[in-house]
Amino acid sequence: NPDPKSHAVAWDIEDAVKRYVQPVLDKLSLVANFSVDSQILYYAVLGVTPRFDKESSSFLLSAHSLPHVINPVEARLGSSAASLYPVLNFLLYVPERSHSPLYIQDKDGAPVSTNAFHSPRWGGIMVYNVEAPASPQASLPLHVDVDMVRVMEVFLAQLRLLFGLSQEEVPPEFLLESPGNEGLADWELDRLLWAHTVENIATVSTTLTSLAQLLDKIGNIVIKDDVASEVYRAVASAQSAMAELATGHLQSAFQASKEAVTSSERAFFDPSLLHLLYFPDDQ
Amino acid sequence: MAVQRRREPHGAVGQCPAVAAACLPLGRPRLSAGGSSVLPDGSEPGDRRCPPERKRRGVRESRPRREEPRRGRHSPRGIPTRGKAVRGTNGAQAARELRGGSARNGRRSGAGAAAAGAGTAGSRRHRGAPGSGAAARSRPAAPRSPEEAAPGPPLPSPPRAGASEAGPGPRLRVSTATPEAAAIGREAGSGRALGAAGPARARRDALQDALREELLLSPLPDGDVAATFQFRTRWDADLQRGAVSHYRLFPKALGRLAAALGVRELHLALTQGFWRTRAWGQPPLQAPAGAELWVWFQPTVTDVDKAWKELSNILSGIFCASLNFIDSTNTVTPTASFKPLGLANGTDHRLLRYAVLPREVVCTENLTPWKKLLPCGSKAGLAVLLKAERLFHSSYHSQAVHIRPICRDASCLAVSWELRQTLTVVFDTFSSGQGKKDWSLFKMFSRTLTDACPLALQSKVYVDISPKNKEKELLEVTPAPTSVHEAIVQGDKRTYAVYDLLSPSLFNTSRSLNVQLKWKRPQDSSELPTPVLHAQRYVSGYGLQAGEISTLIYNTHPYRAFPVLLLETVPWYLRLYVHTLTIITKGKENKPSYIHYQPAQDRRRPHLLEMLIQLPASSVTKITIQFERALLKWTEYTPDPNHGFYVSSSVLSALVPSVIAMKDVDMEQSPLFTSLFPSSDGSSYFVRLYTEPLLVNLPTPDFSMPYNVICLTCTVVAVCYGSFYNLLTRTFHVEEPNRGGLAKRLANVIRRFRGVPPL
Repeated sequence: NPDPKSHAVAWDIEDAVKRYVQPVLDKLSLVANFSVDSQILYYAVLGVTPRFDKESSSFLLSAHSLPHVINPVEARLGSSAASLYPVLNFLLYVPERSHSPLYIQDKDGAPVSTNAFHSPRWGGIMVYNVEAPASPQASLPLHVDVDMVRVMEVFLAQLRLLFGLSQEEVPPEFLLESPGNEGLADWELDRLLWAHTVENIATVSTTLTSLAQLLDKIGNIVIKDDVASEVYRAVASAQSAMAELATGHLQSAFQASKEAVTSSERAFFDPSLLHLLYFPDDQ
Repeated sequence: MAVQRRREPHGAVGQCPAVAAACLPLGRPRLSAGGSSVLPDGSEPGDRRCPPERKRRGVRESRPRREEPRRGRHSPRGIPTRGKAVRGTNGAQAARELRGGSARNGRRSGAGAAAAGAGTAGSRRHRGAPGSGAAARSRPAAPRSPEEAAPGPPLPSPPRAGASEAGPGPRLRVSTATPEAAAIGREAGSGRALGAAGPARARRDALQDALREELLLSPLPDGDVAATFQFRTRWDADLQRGAVSHYRLFPKALGRLAAALGVRELHLALTQGFWRTRAWGQPPLQAPAGAELWVWFQPTVTDVDKAWKELSNILSGIFCASLNFIDSTNTVTPTASFKPLGLANGTDHRLLRYAVLPREVVCTENLTPWKKLLPCGSKAGLAVLLKAERLFHSSYHSQAVHIRPICRDASCLAVSWELRQTLTVVFDTFSSGQGKKDWSLFKMFSRTLTDACPLALQSKVYVDISPKNKEKELLEVTPAPTSVHEAIVQGDKRTYAVYDLLSPSLFNTSRSLNVQLKWKRPQDSSELPTPVLHAQRYVSGYGLQAGEISTLIYNTHPYRAFPVLLLETVPWYLRLYVHTLTIITKGKENKPSYIHYQPAQDRRRPHLLEMLIQLPASSVTKITIQFERALLKWTEYTPDPNHGFYVSSSVLSALVPSVIAMKDVDMEQSPLFTSLFPSSDGSSYFVRLYTEPLLVNLPTPDFSMPYNVICLTCTVVAVCYGSFYNLLTRTFHVEEPNRGGLAKRLANVIRRFRGVPPL
């Protein structure tokens, strides 16, 4: 909300999270643990000044300038302060009065219908335009109640996208299960588990391979016993994940692959590897 | 110089007989020992995270290869903690880059190199950084306290007033806010009455968080001007409970931090300069030079030390300060000096941690993140005045963050959280303004106020116009203030001109508010009113072996004696001799009624000395203690060892009896600068003073000596060997003297004629 002087924006985020977001996250809780926070930032600025379009008497934000929008906001989010886990940010931007209405243009110059965009691994931003008051004499700040249904539709769609659940072209003879209230069908969850398991196993193998390469290249790294045991555990978990995957037990496969990833990461990033790494050879 | 020292093969040090005595105890260099910790300093892997001497560029630049990669991988946050200057400006940029994000793939290569460094990790990063950038993933053992802050703190019973638990002492501080509680109940009504009551304001009350901003301008006795900003955010929510939290005005970074680590109270002050209590009077809120952090943890926190470590690391990331240097060697757990300022049931001092980094330099890069925590940023309200280039062009600058729980309402059944951001700055307008004591907002800040922060419930400017020397109306302020507020602050009756930025009449005539103060006639340089309590501290003694720390505490109160709590934290390399502790008042020995002493352990913890001393009326108390300077290992010296080593300020806490009886004031109504410390009753007020930090010279080996030896040896070798070689290899032959040319012979002929000796 860059302009608290003219818009007093209220959003019923608690209720919206409870009603729309939580069911999805509950369903996804197998994959990861989620916690939801929200905050309101005032005087947040877009990194770019939108272009005024005379025909529609509105402001336009073109697709190639979108990456610059994130930077100034990011600095104030403070989401990385207390947690080290990746954060997905969903931002609702209410343009300031002098810049509204604001529309996002895609590459071809057509306005985006949802007026939102997302950035992989970061989150999404939606621009929420406030209708100009009927009479210009209306007292400022203008009170705005955000229509959370509209916002949450977009955010949930973005969340799905960010998790890699895109709408696939399904052969017409397939019967699709309706996503239900959670906005996430079971088969989609299964697919997500599959994808993540495979990805995790791939991650483990590359991590271990690069560790091995590193050891080949720099001889004086000491591998302690606990590091070694982490490596063994990673390999064992990865193998069990593959076996489970072969038999079709998605959840246990996923758990095993998660363990494999954590232990391989721990092995790779063990601080004891570093101790002698920067020790100059000539001393 | 530092380069020389660090890179020296340590054999060279042993060679020199001159410093052998000094060098021997310094032992093996830390480098050669590699992984296993040589030093008995309990070096846990944790202290690897914060590379030593991050701020000192001398060392850093000399060995970039060793430092950078470690910093990148182990920095507690995603951002590789760079040197100070770099971070302030483009820290955000760096963070952005590290995050990578496939949107900006192109940029990641540079950031990746910074984070991985040294080409070692480069080989492994082939797999396309699936996480949010290299550094974000690369933290070892991601620490995160569980969100479910288990059963939550028990509801505060109606706060017990009084009786600090430091047994023998008299009651030193009343650790809670009963008057405040009574006041809060009235707030809803008062908020509306305050000004410009509109639908928006009424609704804001319902939202249960409120921001009040305030600026206090007070001319100091010697002509300087002190400006104190206070921003108070009150949030009626329990941080410790509830997994989903929705932040509005309260900064999310701090809220998450407090919730995750079980912080009950947090007080962080970053200060540049020293508040001269004697000349400037009692400060509204003093802080020791450097960085000060003290934290009370929730009783649910099991491993306080770990939480403390984590907290200081995260805070150093948030505020771009080197708080990550806080470790066990400068952390103490005072037993009596620091009480919770907010709501607390039970003061178990094991949950308290206190640390001061006197060496910390505060500059704009600490101010910017501080400003970001304000809801209005620096875009509106009083914070527009916070312009770094003016703020740091001053003789004292102190910024602080205080988080504490307070009672939500009169019944005190629920907890609200209060965040106070204060910033005190002293402008030396007197010396820089051609000896005139007049000032204006524009002159000091090079800005004027244009509006209040639209989110603030209250936004006021107070100007201290209290008449001095019983003479009335020595000074005048323009424009005319909205109202005049009288208060008794720190035992002194003060008059304040108040400008309410929320009242629409203020900006009607002119677009901006530029408070000006003019002295009607030049103020005669009368005697400065000395504050009731002030102190000074110095090191005495000669030589580099022993010394003495002396503290002088002045009680200038004409007829009342009062006790004062003195807290000394002395680093381990000054070995205090407690048997030499003498406390002398008016020529007689003064026995402290409470002493808590915790001896230091080398490289593990500092000395902690707490004493409760009774100060008789109008007296000077001298406290001396002798110490011996320890020899450090050669890697423990700072890059500029001859600068000396800092000893942090000692802390004086006292309930100073007031000369004037104080009313029981309404905390919520009264200006913010009066209400941080709870006042107990009408007859006394709480004061916390900090003495000067000390700078002690330690015996320092001549670090340039090996370099000199090498230079000298090389010179000798070059000269001797060179000339000898010359002698051996050069062929000599006698050169026939030349008879000279035609011109010379001609000249000689002429000279012979003239009777002059020939050429």
